Amino acid sequence: MSFPWKGVRKLWQLILINGLIIGGHYALLALGFSLILGVARVLNLAHPAFYMLSAFTIYYLSQVLELSLPATYILTLLFMVSLGIAVYQLILAPVRAQTSTVLILGLVLGIAAQELMLIIFGGQFRSLVRLAPGTLQLGDAVISNQHLLALCAVLLSLLGVWFLLFKSKFGIPIRAVAQDREVANLMGIPESRIAILTMAVSVGLAVIAASMVAPLGVIDPLMWLHPLVIVLTAVILGGLGSIKGSVISAFMLAFIEVSLVFLVPGAAFLRGTVSMIVMLAVLMFKPEGLYGVFMEGER
Amino acid sequence: MFVAALALLLLPLVTDDAYLMRIFATAAIFAVYAASWDLLVGFSGQTTLGHSLFFGVAAYTSALLNLRLGFPPFLTIPAGALVAVLAGLLLSLPALRVRGPYFSLASLAMPVILMGLIFSFPGFTGGEMGLSGITRLSGTRTGEYYILVISMFVLTLLMWKIATSRTALIFHAIREDEIVVRVSGINTTYYKMLVFCCSGFFAGFAGSLYAHFLRVVGPSTLDIMMSLQVIIWGIFGGVVTIYGPVIGVFILYPLLEYLRIIPDWRMLIFTGIVVVTLRFMPEGISNRAQDLLERQCPRCKERNIFLRKECRICCTDIGTCSRADRTLN
Repeated sequence: MSFPWKGVRKLWQLILINGLIIGGHYALLALGFSLILGVARVLNLAHPAFYMLSAFTIYYLSQVLELSLPATYILTLLFMVSLGIAVYQLILAPVRAQTSTVLILGLVLGIAAQELMLIIFGGQFRSLVRLAPGTLQLGDAVISNQHLLALCAVLLSLLGVWFLLFKSKFGIPIRAVAQDREVANLMGIPESRIAILTMAVSVGLAVIAASMVAPLGVIDPLMWLHPLVIVLTAVILGGLGSIKGSVISAFMLAFIEVSLVFLVPGAAFLRGTVSMIVMLAVLMFKPEGLYGVFMEGER
Repeated sequence: MFVAALALLLLPLVTDDAYLMRIFATAAIFAVYAASWDLLVGFSGQTTLGHSLFFGVAAYTSALLNLRLGFPPFLTIPAGALVAVLAGLLLSLPALRVRGPYFSLASLAMPVILMGLIFSFPGFTGGEMGLSGITRLSGTRTGEYYILVISMFVLTLLMWKIATSRTALIFHAIREDEIVVRVSGINTTYYKMLVFCCSGFFAGFAGSLYAHFLRVVGPSTLDIMMSLQVIIWGIFGGVVTIYGPVIGVFILYPLLEYLRIIPDWRMLIFTGIVVVTLRFMPEGISNRAQDLLERQCPRCKERNIFLRKECRICCTDIGTCSRADRTLN
C-alpha cells in the first residue's frame, strides 16, 4: 500500500482506512471462496487466481485495447464469469467427490493461470488506471478518491451479497443447498444449477475486488498467492461455511496485518506469520472457528 | 516396477552424465518425502498442507549441526530426522483438536511461522540467503548417487512394512471413521501421534539427505510450494499405496526437468499435464493402473490380476466378467 494521504498525520487514521480497504478486499475474496465451498463443497484454491486474472483482463482491455471503462468492466465480468463457470463445469465438478483431487486441481489451475500471465505479460509490475483521480478533504485528512471509491464499492458489494443471500428470494435456494444438499435436492431445488449460479456470484465478487482494489496497488502474476493464504486463514478462522465468520475474520486479519506494517518497523515480512499464529491460537480454543457451523455428514 | 528399480541402480554404469544422475538422485530424495506424505495423508487421512515443515526443519537442523558444530553427515542426518519427529509431535497437537479441512489449513500455518522465525534471526539461520557449504555425502558423484538411491529403497521399504502392518489397519480405520475407532477402545490420540512421528521421521530423513546433497539449505525448503509439490506428486501417483507417490515423483520430477528446454512454457505444460491427468483419473495413476490390471471376482470380491482366468481364492471363472464387475465400487 502506498501513502497517498498528504495530510494524514495520525497513525490510527492510516490504520483505519487501510485496514477497512484491505479488509474489504480480503472479505470479498473470502466471501466468494466460502460461498462456493458452502454450496458446492468445492475447496476452490484457484479462487484468488480469478482475482488475478480479472486484474489482468481489465489491464488488457483498458490499457492495451484502450476500450472505455464501462465496456472494460462489462466485458471483464462477462469473460471471467463464463471462464469461472467453464472451469467449474468442465474440471472441478466432475471430480467433486475426491476432495483432495479438487484441492490439487484448484491449486494447479491457479499456477497455470499465473504461468500463462507470465508468458503473455511478463513478470514486471504494472498498474491499472485509477477510476477516480484526485483527492478529497475530510476534516484534517486528505484521502485519494480511489481509496474512497474502493471503500464504498467493497462495503456496498458486501451489503449487496448479504441482501441477496438473506433478504431476497434468490438467496433461499443457495442457503438451502449450503445447509443440506440432499434435502434441498429432495425439495426440488436444482442443486447443480445452484452451484453454477454460486460460482458465477463468487467469480463476480473476485472481479469487483480486482476492479476496485487492484488499481490501488500494482498487479503482477504472483499477486494471487498472498490473498490465497489470507483467504484460507480467514475462512478457517471464521468457521467453514459461515459467511458472517469469514467476512469478520477477513477484516480482523487485515487489521492485524495493517497495524503490524504501520506500528512495527521492518516487520512487513512477518504479516503472514502473525495471521497464522492468530489462526492457530483461535483454533486451539475454538476448533470449529469463530462462527463455525457443522455441515451435514461431518462429526 | 522391479525393472525400473534395477534400471535406477544400473544407471551410473551405463552413463556418467552428471545432469541425468543429479535428476534421478534428487527424485530419489523427493520419492522418500512423497511416500512419507502418503503415510500421513493417504493412510491416516490427516490431510496436511504443511508437510514441508518436516523437510525444512530437518534440512536446517542438519545444516546447522554440520556448519556450526562440525558434525559429519552420518550424525546430522539421524539428528535431523529426530528433530523432524519432534516437529511431528508438535504438528499432531492441532490434529488432536481440529479435523478435516480445519486441520489442513492449520498445518499450513506451521511452516509459515517457522519461516518467519528464520527470517527474524538471519545471523544464525542465514536468513533469506540460506546456509551453504554443507559437507558432501560422499567424495564421488557415483557414491552420492548410490547413497541416495539405496537409502530411498531402504526407507520406502520400511514405510511399506509400516503400511502393511497391523498398526496401519488402525491408521486406515482412523481415516475412515475416527469416532468408531475410539468407541472400539483404541487410543486414537496415541496412534495419531505415532503416524505423525513416523511420517516426520521419513520426511526429515529426506530433508537431511537433501541438505547434504544440495549443500545449500534455504527458506525454499519450507516454502508453500514445497508442501504443494508433494501433494501434486502424491495425488498424481495415487494415494494409500506408498509406491504411488514414488511413481508420481519419478514421472513428474524428470518431466519438469526435461521441460527446461522450453523454459517459459515449462510450468504451463506441467500444470496442463497434471490437470488433464487428474480430470480423467481422479484416483491417481497407480490406482487407475491397478483398476485396469485387476478385476474383482464376482463371488468372493477378491481382486485378481487380469491375466487369470479363474479367481485365485474360490476358482470361479472370471474370464467373462463385465467391466462393471471389475471396478472396486
